[in-house]
Amino acid sequence: MATLIEATGISKVYHKTTVPVHAVNNMDLTIEEGEFTAIVGPSGCGKTTLLNILGGLDYPSSGKVEIAGVDITDMKDRDLIDFRLSNIGFVFQAYNLIPVLTAVENVEFIMLLQKKGKKEREVRARELLIQMSMGDKLDSRPGELAGGQQQRVAVARALASKPRFILADEPTANLDSASTENLLNLMSQINTEQHTTFVFSTHDQRVMDKAKRLVTLQDGAIISDTRR
Amino acid sequence: MFFTLAWRNTWRNKRRSLITVLSITFAVLLACVMRSLQIGSYERMIDNSVRFYTGYIQIHKNGYWDDKVIDNSFKYDTSLQRTVTTMHGVKLDVPRLESFALTSFRSQTKGAMVMGVDPQRENKLTNVKEKIVRGRFLQEDDEGILLGEGLAGYLKVQIGDTVTLLSQGFHGANAAGLFAVRGIIRFALPQQNNQLIYMSLPRAQWFYAAPELITSIALLIDKPAHTTRIVSLLKSKTDSNQIEIMGWRDLVPELVQSIELDNLSGKVMLWVLYLVIGFGMFGTFLMMAAERQYEFGVMLAVGMRRIRLQAVVFLEISLMTVLGVLLGITVSLPILTYFYYNPIRYDEEAAKAIESFGVEAIYPFSLDPVIFTNQAYAIFIMAIVLSAYPIWTIYKMKVVESMRP
Ligand SMILES: Nc1ncnc2c1ncn2[C@@H]1O[C@H](COP(=O)(O)OP(=O)(O)O)[C@@H](O)[C@H]1O
Ligand SMILES: [Mg+2]
Repeated sequence: MATLIEATGISKVYHKTTVPVHAVNNMDLTIEEGEFTAIVGPSGCGKTTLLNILGGLDYPSSGKVEIAGVDITDMKDRDLIDFRLSNIGFVFQAYNLIPVLTAVENVEFIMLLQKKGKKEREVRARELLIQMSMGDKLDSRPGELAGGQQQRVAVARALASKPRFILADEPTANLDSASTENLLNLMSQINTEQHTTFVFSTHDQRVMDKAKRLVTLQDGAIISDTRR
Repeated sequence: MFFTLAWRNTWRNKRRSLITVLSITFAVLLACVMRSLQIGSYERMIDNSVRFYTGYIQIHKNGYWDDKVIDNSFKYDTSLQRTVTTMHGVKLDVPRLESFALTSFRSQTKGAMVMGVDPQRENKLTNVKEKIVRGRFLQEDDEGILLGEGLAGYLKVQIGDTVTLLSQGFHGANAAGLFAVRGIIRFALPQQNNQLIYMSLPRAQWFYAAPELITSIALLIDKPAHTTRIVSLLKSKTDSNQIEIMGWRDLVPELVQSIELDNLSGKVMLWVLYLVIGFGMFGTFLMMAAERQYEFGVMLAVGMRRIRLQAVVFLEISLMTVLGVLLGITVSLPILTYFYYNPIRYDEEAAKAIESFGVEAIYPFSLDPVIFTNQAYAIFIMAIVLSAYPIWTIYKMKVVESMRP
């Protein structure tokens, strides 16, 4: 398996209060292609900060991040935006979608940013939503969808750009157990069938049980890393 | 899809967007009405003193305007006539011999301005015939005169009475004569009403011992806006040592000045209006950006370039603005057109006073297209300036911070 993400010696220090907060503290982490990794740990342990740095949404205070051999640590803002568009799919905890666009338009939107043709956009958006069992809600706006349905559209959108991997920060935090189970099953199915790499964070035991690799954090450092 | 996105975003908060659009509409309407009335009244003022008095262009012997004496008169020869009458845009040339005279009737005496005119031509320029309130108009080589109503009242003369005029003629000749009063004229401007005497050009040339001489040629032109062009063309075709040619702005500088002053105060009022509306617009644009920080964050995170996001927000602002302006013009146009053709009259008291000056007692509206385009420009420029804020916030935005719950 090839290395996809390689973070070496990354730290993130916040100086907002009198005592500096080491949200991520000199961490090394390597993610291989095709992995299905859960970043776990209690609230405040640094999961979001870590994912933001891995996804090029935030700069580390020190250390470096390479994605598929490309160092993104010193990339300029605009290049980083373009890099994210073509390499990373994002699923956030909630409110992922553009409220005034329908489900299918939300998925198409990402491909529009990639300057894909209209036909290709329509076909692929439809396919992905059907794959995420959202075929009957193509023209619904996010406000008309339940939380679990919104998250499935968000996963479809994340897949639409054909990214190298998908980052999901607590994608199930706002979902009931049935929706959580459903979303995780879909994600793991895609991982198994299409070898799409997923890195997601959670503090939900049932979600951790589905992960194939478990990285546990405490106070900004990795305290265990297990594969199964 | 970017347009769809902007359009739907615009109507996300229907009430707020509607209030913004309607406030722009209201501002445009108010501004158009204000400006239409103002510009309408200027047009009328200019009409009264230029269109119906000086003419838009005048030709004199060089130096006459600074020293208005009979000795600065000149001969309107055929070559000058040809230059003037063949000029594109000149509709009519109206020769005049103007000077002063002391007017007496019985025990009353008063200084007066005498205008020797070609009655037909003069009437085509100034409609003076319509202003006759008693008696009749002058004939081609009439030996009688017309008096302003104020002057006639002061002298206590009636139609048919004979008044004595005394003055100095060409090169110091004595000028004295008896003139029968043919008619009384009511002028809009008191200054004219109290001083003016009309006589036929041949009679004036006889009185001032200035045969074939005139002091000025007033020109009737096709469009006031062509004044400058015609003046410079005429200047290029005449000898500036002999002849001076002036446009109406130079002929009535006090009027131009007072209009400009009034216009300035009107513009200040407009800016105050725009300032008020501008604050409202700014509030909306501010909220539009502020309440969507998270959403903007998601868009940047998934790979939308800042410039694209800025363009969408700018499009939203433009949509509201264009809608407001178009609506404003759509509402003002029929209203102003109605009042242009069916003007509002002053109430009776004021109307009497105004009409005694020979001016129609109405609020004159103007339909000059500039009235509408200027409001549109003003609002668009304001929208562009105000959109700088949301555009700047997108420029400065940090994805992680805007998405933190
Ligand atoms: N922008 C920030 N400014 C100051 N402190 C922050 C900021 N973001 C996160 N932190 C702190 O960093 C630590 C890790 O936060 P976070 O990565 O959000 O943890 P988790 O996602 O695991 O709950 C916490 O102590 C949090 O208070
Ligand atoms: Mg978190």
